[in-house]
Amino acid sequence: MTLRNDIAITPELVASHGLKPDEYQKILDLIGREPTYTELGIFSAMWNEHCSYKSSKKWLRTLPTSGPRVIQGPGENAGVVDIGDGQAIIFKMESHNHPSFIEPYQGAATGVGGILRDVFTMGARPVAAMNALRFGAPDHEKTRHLVSGVVAGVGGYGNAFGVPTVGGEVEFDARYNGNNLVNAFAAGLADTDKIFYSKAEGVGLPVVYLGAKTGRDGVGGATMASAEFGDDIEEKRPTVQVGDPFTEKRLLEACLELMATGAVIAIQDMGAAGLTCSAVEMGAKGDLGIELDLDKVPVREERMTAYEMMLSESQERMLMVLHPDKEAAARQVFEKWELDFATVGKTTDDLRFRVLWQGEEVANLPIKDLGDEAPEYDRPWIEPVSPAPLAVSDVPQMDVADALLRLVGGHQVASRRWVYEQYDTLIQGNSLQLPGGDAGVIRVEGHQTKALAFSSDVTPRYCEADPYEGGKQAVAECWRNLTATGAEPLAATDNLNFGNPERPEIMGQLVFAIKGIGEACKALDFPIVSGNVSLYNETNGRGILPTPTIGGVGLLPDWSRMARIGFAGEGEAILLVGAPENWGGHLGQSIYMRDLHERRDGPPPPVDLAHERKTGDFVRGLIRAGTATAVHDLSDGGLGVALAEMAISGGIGATVDQPQNHDPIATFFGEDQGRYLVTIRAAELEKTLAEASRLGVAAPHIGQTGGQSLQLGAARAVPVAALASAFESWFPNFMRDTAA
Amino acid sequence: MKAAVIVFPGLNRDRDMIAALTKISGSAPQTVWHQDADLPDTDLIVIPGGFSYGDYLRCGAIAARSPIMDKVRERAARGVRVLGVCNGFQILIEAGLLPGALMRNQSLKFVCREVKLEVVNAETDFTRHYTRGQILRCPVAHHDGNYFADAETLARLEGEGRVAFRYAEGTNPNGSINDIAGIFNESKTVLGLMPHPENLIEAAHGGTDGRGLFSSLLGRAA
Repeated sequence: MTLRNDIAITPELVASHGLKPDEYQKILDLIGREPTYTELGIFSAMWNEHCSYKSSKKWLRTLPTSGPRVIQGPGENAGVVDIGDGQAIIFKMESHNHPSFIEPYQGAATGVGGILRDVFTMGARPVAAMNALRFGAPDHEKTRHLVSGVVAGVGGYGNAFGVPTVGGEVEFDARYNGNNLVNAFAAGLADTDKIFYSKAEGVGLPVVYLGAKTGRDGVGGATMASAEFGDDIEEKRPTVQVGDPFTEKRLLEACLELMATGAVIAIQDMGAAGLTCSAVEMGAKGDLGIELDLDKVPVREERMTAYEMMLSESQERMLMVLHPDKEAAARQVFEKWELDFATVGKTTDDLRFRVLWQGEEVANLPIKDLGDEAPEYDRPWIEPVSPAPLAVSDVPQMDVADALLRLVGGHQVASRRWVYEQYDTLIQGNSLQLPGGDAGVIRVEGHQTKALAFSSDVTPRYCEADPYEGGKQAVAECWRNLTATGAEPLAATDNLNFGNPERPEIMGQLVFAIKGIGEACKALDFPIVSGNVSLYNETNGRGILPTPTIGGVGLLPDWSRMARIGFAGEGEAILLVGAPENWGGHLGQSIYMRDLHERRDGPPPPVDLAHERKTGDFVRGLIRAGTATAVHDLSDGGLGVALAEMAISGGIGATVDQPQNHDPIATFFGEDQGRYLVTIRAAELEKTLAEASRLGVAAPHIGQTGGQSLQLGAARAVPVAALASAFESWFPNFMRDTAA
Repeated sequence: MKAAVIVFPGLNRDRDMIAALTKISGSAPQTVWHQDADLPDTDLIVIPGGFSYGDYLRCGAIAARSPIMDKVRERAARGVRVLGVCNGFQILIEAGLLPGALMRNQSLKFVCREVKLEVVNAETDFTRHYTRGQILRCPVAHHDGNYFADAETLARLEGEGRVAFRYAEGTNPNGSINDIAGIFNESKTVLGLMPHPENLIEAAHGGTDGRGLFSSLLGRAA
């Protein structure tokens, strides 16, 4: 296939680039002539939803993005947050949903590669990764194939690169049958005075291409990711990139070595829409033009056209502006690591983005307008309607012990060991808490006591029923998970996965979820410092559950005062901190109703942010004072499931009471928010209860740890071994006999 | 004791290994880049874990044919102690310094978890701070750790006390024959093992069972 630059621009060609007629008219008005074929490709790359955020920008602006610790909020490759002692944590979460559905291994692998690159582009060495994965129903014919491929791809890339995966989520729902979600998070550490940005400075300076060679893989990937899927999905495989973690690892080491020489003025990784986005970004941010000579770009395929080179999404590539007097030293670093290094252009003062190819100028566009003038829509939306409350009389009953065993051994709660044992969780030697607890924790290398906690959270079924409360809940749960380790939540990244924003009911979900997220972030002083939006997650007109994933980071001043979820000793008192009257009982949108009774009715549990904060601060205080011996937040499956998880993790049973004249199903499986289970030694009980009462925090003493069984109120005791067996069996049984 | 750590492109547990050697011996090992002309004069050479050359072709195959490995073979022949962990073990096998082969895990999947190791031979420079039959905790993290050797080789390894560590208590994570986790060369001066003792040497790791290997080598008490 040859793609000539003088190819005629027809309405069909414009449409196939994902540009609407009015958007094309805007291009004509901006440049005053018909674009060349390459220019059309550049516009389609810059103006698609994935790169321009044209449907979400209006609403994203409402999120709180600053705070005393925020060094860099959204707009750079990743957010930067001060952790004291001259160090910063740099992090972001990004989706790779569409590619992972088309080609699960490579789609997931390159998702991990892309987010790692975002982090080390800023000068940080990646120290932790997470991934939030959502698949179709377990019994759907494609699910096991996708789980197997995505998990292997995440591991294949992250393990070889050498970053510990410390947390994440795996969830199943039929609404993801035709469109799974792969949200990859990465965090890196850097010194606050050695952070690198994408803004170019200085005229006539060399623009240098680094890393892997350019091929035809991924041409048009960002445009593909901004469209819905139809039945022709299998034909889109060529738009998925292929990852090479070996090159990425060398690129990391080479970049960090190069940055240490002082040669780097600006740096931008080539992610979506590769060379186009990175060059435009560096120039536009620095109020400079960029001239690229494509004949100097290292290629791995013959006869590549300008169009293909500008839109290629080949992985493991970087673009930099370097100090000219340090170019030779920089070249040496890259030759040591056996990576390509080519000066492919220069900065100019004319604010044009000019692309030369075989002696011909194939593009000449106003560089600022490519980003600034991208369409922005205030798409129509309708306010979601909250479901009617679930009547108390309408709660289906069953044996509490049976329900517990079925939930613990069901797809929502069961152990994700099958997944996370395929990830290297230990590399770098700093992992303090591995996946399976409330949050992953790593110590800060080079510091005696400091540690960082990471958690990724969202409850899509809550968001579906009430996007506003669901948005709040995603933030609150992330904040709570970090708190449950003893960490102070610092900041978060959001990865907003929704359906087609051109449908008002989907746009309504997005608008209200962002409102909820914003309100919770403000109330909890938990700013959003980076993020990503993935829209058009639909197949044949059916959208996914609205899924605004929140990835949060927290700081522990001293990891010797850190809590884990497992019961730590026999005969300890169990407190239900933050409990409402009767300990709770909200069954709307609970997994008890959904997974045991096939009911998805009722509103999700509301989140009281003031209560959330007061409760969390109290729990963190207990951990830091050394009073709490184990802590677990309550989420899916409520009190019963949380107790079971603490028992399984610690290998110790417990006996708990139940409130009189209250439905035990509601008590043990209600999913009321803002609650933690905390264990303390018996000797500390009186003092702790007095302190809770003084602060106005509800902390009923609900039972004791000990023995080999878990007894919930009047229900029959369930052996911890039986719980553990149910908990550990579901995933291996589900994946049995699948090829790797 | 002076130690050198050899780094090939794609290795990624080099930093973990350097940290372990430094913390246990009190001084940092020398780091040798695979293209360096000289291998410093040391008593111990370590090849750490990772994915040298991306595991392309076959794990360890490309690194094993690197010129620096000729020097490692020379030193090994002179009795310098050589330790290869994970990818380092794969490289030592590919370089002909240890017998057998490391195949893809039986599960066909990467596996990262803690296993139990039995110390089979505690009378070597690598294991003298352990006792024979001692059961250790130790993490593994690999995709190709399924040890195999033909019957004759296996009989020699077993008969000559050249099995260093065996997966114990049913924790064999990869299908290795005879539960073999680590082996010596004939003179017991070269050790290769799949598990990562360097990731279990301090309280922050949740245990210190890995220290014994390094303290045995470095001549200090665990």
